[in-house]
Amino acid sequence: MSSNAITIPGAQIPARPWVDELHQWLTTVDHKRLGILYIASALLFLVIGGVEALIIRIQLMHSHNNFISPEVFNRMFTMHGTTMIFFVAMPILFGFANYLVPLMIGARDMAFPRLNAFSFWLSFLGGLLLYFSFLGGSGLYGAGSAPDVGWWSYAPLGARAFSPGHSSDYWTLALLVSGFGSIGTAINIIATILCLRCPGMKINRMPLLVWMNLVMAGMVLIAITPLSAAQIMLLIDRYLGGHFFDTQAGGSAVLWMHFFWIFGHPEVYVLIIPCFAFMSEIIPVFSRKPIFGYPVMVAATVCIAFVSMSVWAHHMFTIGMSSYANSFFTLTTMAVGIPTGIKIFNWIGTMWGGRIQFKTPMLFSIAFLFQFLIAGLTGIMMAASPFDWQLSLSYFVVAHFHYVIVGGILFAVFAAFYYWYPKITGRMLSERLGKWHFWLFLIGFHLTFDVMHIPGILGMPRRIYTYEPGRGWDTLNLIISIGAFIQAIAILVFVANLIISYFKGARAGNDPWDAWTLEWSISSPPPAYNFATVPTVASRRPLWDLKHPEDPDSRYE
Amino acid sequence: MVQMKSSSLGFLAQTILLLFWSAMALWASEPKGSSSHGTNIFAPASTPARSIADLSVFVLVITGIIFVVVFTLLGYSVVKFRGREVDAGREPAQVYGSTQIELAWTIIPTLIVVVLFLATARVIHAIQDAPEPAGAVEVTVIGHQYWWEFRYPKLGIVTANELHIPVSDPDHPAPTFLQLLSADTDHSFWVPELAGKTDLIPNHPNRMWVDPQRTGVFLGQCAQYCGTQHAKMLLRVSVDGPEDFGAWVRSQQKPALEDASAVEGRRLFERNACMNCHTVGGTQANGRFGPDLTHLMSRSTIAAGAAENNPNNLRLWIQDPSAIKPGSLMPAMKLSDADLSAIVSYMETLR
Repeated sequence: MSSNAITIPGAQIPARPWVDELHQWLTTVDHKRLGILYIASALLFLVIGGVEALIIRIQLMHSHNNFISPEVFNRMFTMHGTTMIFFVAMPILFGFANYLVPLMIGARDMAFPRLNAFSFWLSFLGGLLLYFSFLGGSGLYGAGSAPDVGWWSYAPLGARAFSPGHSSDYWTLALLVSGFGSIGTAINIIATILCLRCPGMKINRMPLLVWMNLVMAGMVLIAITPLSAAQIMLLIDRYLGGHFFDTQAGGSAVLWMHFFWIFGHPEVYVLIIPCFAFMSEIIPVFSRKPIFGYPVMVAATVCIAFVSMSVWAHHMFTIGMSSYANSFFTLTTMAVGIPTGIKIFNWIGTMWGGRIQFKTPMLFSIAFLFQFLIAGLTGIMMAASPFDWQLSLSYFVVAHFHYVIVGGILFAVFAAFYYWYPKITGRMLSERLGKWHFWLFLIGFHLTFDVMHIPGILGMPRRIYTYEPGRGWDTLNLIISIGAFIQAIAILVFVANLIISYFKGARAGNDPWDAWTLEWSISSPPPAYNFATVPTVASRRPLWDLKHPEDPDSRYE
Repeated sequence: MVQMKSSSLGFLAQTILLLFWSAMALWASEPKGSSSHGTNIFAPASTPARSIADLSVFVLVITGIIFVVVFTLLGYSVVKFRGREVDAGREPAQVYGSTQIELAWTIIPTLIVVVLFLATARVIHAIQDAPEPAGAVEVTVIGHQYWWEFRYPKLGIVTANELHIPVSDPDHPAPTFLQLLSADTDHSFWVPELAGKTDLIPNHPNRMWVDPQRTGVFLGQCAQYCGTQHAKMLLRVSVDGPEDFGAWVRSQQKPALEDASAVEGRRLFERNACMNCHTVGGTQANGRFGPDLTHLMSRSTIAAGAAENNPNNLRLWIQDPSAIKPGSLMPAMKLSDADLSAIVSYMETLR
């Protein structure tokens, strides 16, 4: 695997003018460049959504604070939630999938490169549309304002009677447009994985990252569709005199909830399953052992995908469903904990008996395991619907899902950054800054989100712009806000690391981590065509086989 | 080098534990008022809240045990199997899996789920399917942007924001059954020490019940985001002894007091837009968009708990509601100083 790139002796590539370079990026259909575009746009929105979170936390530092008005606060939490789910978490994971899936299956690009570009630009323009609401929200007659209906936009709050002007329309259109982009990418990932695997890569030899992205893409197809349908129905209500969700005219607020959450809960797994995928690649490499129980990991993933389609109404335990419905969704929600627990055990099983190297990607992965365990257990608490009647809509829930999304997804994404950045740029990220980033973010995270469970237990509802003194919430909220700022500093360290290492980082070489999947067999960054000759594989760890010809995996599978 | 990494992981675990316990200590040391109760879900004063708290403790213990076991396994493997300098360049034994172990960690969690589910289902049934006894007090709760309307259909009382219910002696249970409706958007009725929350959804009537066993004022607030002033849609439940409750019912059933000294204020109230939205029992004012003011002075707060009910706040509220509650649907009435004083004086007679 030493010279797997085409080199033309004596050929000098002159530096292109920047306009050319920009044109290349805007018109690219290369899966690697599109992956980078997805990731870069997500990082941009991560910073914007982070600033919104900081504004929220300043306002809540103490009771009766007047930093911002209630109207602005409501816009901030609506935009924060919508941005982080639709324009940070999804694109960043799609970006990694785009970049890594073809490389890991020995393909030269995605199955539909132009659809890939189309999907990215749809998603990105959806994000711009959402933020244009700050200028155009009220239409021509006002200065404009962003949507303030919450990221679920529960009916009838999103109806014209309660949300006049166009702010909700920008929200609706942004989700509709980016939703089409997500469906395009999901179709592309599925087609790529099913059709473009290199010779020898049977479906049970695919790296787990590929398996899990296949499952994720299947879930996107099922989950995004009802959301898009609901957005279209909402537009019909708002502009064509429909009454789907118009409660004043006999419409149903509960119908909207069902539509939203049958998207919303599978969405959580759409986000976390690619993170399971990162863990399933990174933990084995830094434990120096193959993944423990590959077939069980695949089965558990598929099982999570199926069960997670039948748990959505656990977001609705307080809406007055029958005791049978509440019992059913309690059971399904608890049941989803079984395959998830199996995964955690398998990752620990992978580390067990290994020789663990505490490089930055592994630090983030270990923190992921620890935090995802807690997030899962608070999830079990809320699955017990009577417990949820107290905890739902309180700060406990906010703490729980930030534990999943920040403590789980974001930590896994950071692990992925430190692991694959050398492949993407050809330079190592600084371990020194990486450790600073890790410890600062870890401390900030726990300060914020461990403490945030307690005001929920003490009766503090979410989405309130201020609160009464004397409830015992002041000190806790101050600590939470301080933690948020420590996290913000850690993010700055991370961004600095990304920029500095791009220019000054150590050269990575093809395979800096001594890893086993196909992307490490080619140069860093990979050439446009990925593989000069399409590889042939005989096991789940083709590079292990190459490095250990005396003891290849293919002998055992 | 590697040694240092693992000890810093141990330090991490200690920090987190320390943080957890100091937070718990802080929570335990919350000031406890004598007659006014807080909003701690683990200080239940009514059967639904108590059975939820009991179930919660059970779930917490089980999840706590799971946490300790898994965390120990994770911590042990991180410390025990850290890479050492002497092993550099050598790979550990390549283990691919084990069917027996996989079966074990599938079956044990399944059993735990079954136990948790059965315990939970019992509580769901006990709370949700409890039949309404004959003598129960019935209240219709109607959520508005951003205040609460309480109607007692059997007693002929209408009031707002401060719910009065009788204490329930275990020997003579007097539960209160709430019918939950909404006039506009979704809201949620949450008084943590009395019961879990239930949403008020337009076109979707809900029901809940409480049987508080202690007197005093219980605090709560709207828990479902309902618009601009969701934060100041506060809720007070006054649990009264039998005599106090009876006296309160009798005073609320009377029409508004006619006080000769406030005739001017009443005339202004009825001539301005006030009466379009507010009812004063026994007068022409019968608006239903805002809270019923017949016995305004019997309430300790105004603006759904956002301010104390005193003449200064009343005056400020009528003059400029956004000073107390920006985004409130009550308009600034732009009255002259004299008119304002007259109306405030009239309000003060509505006992």
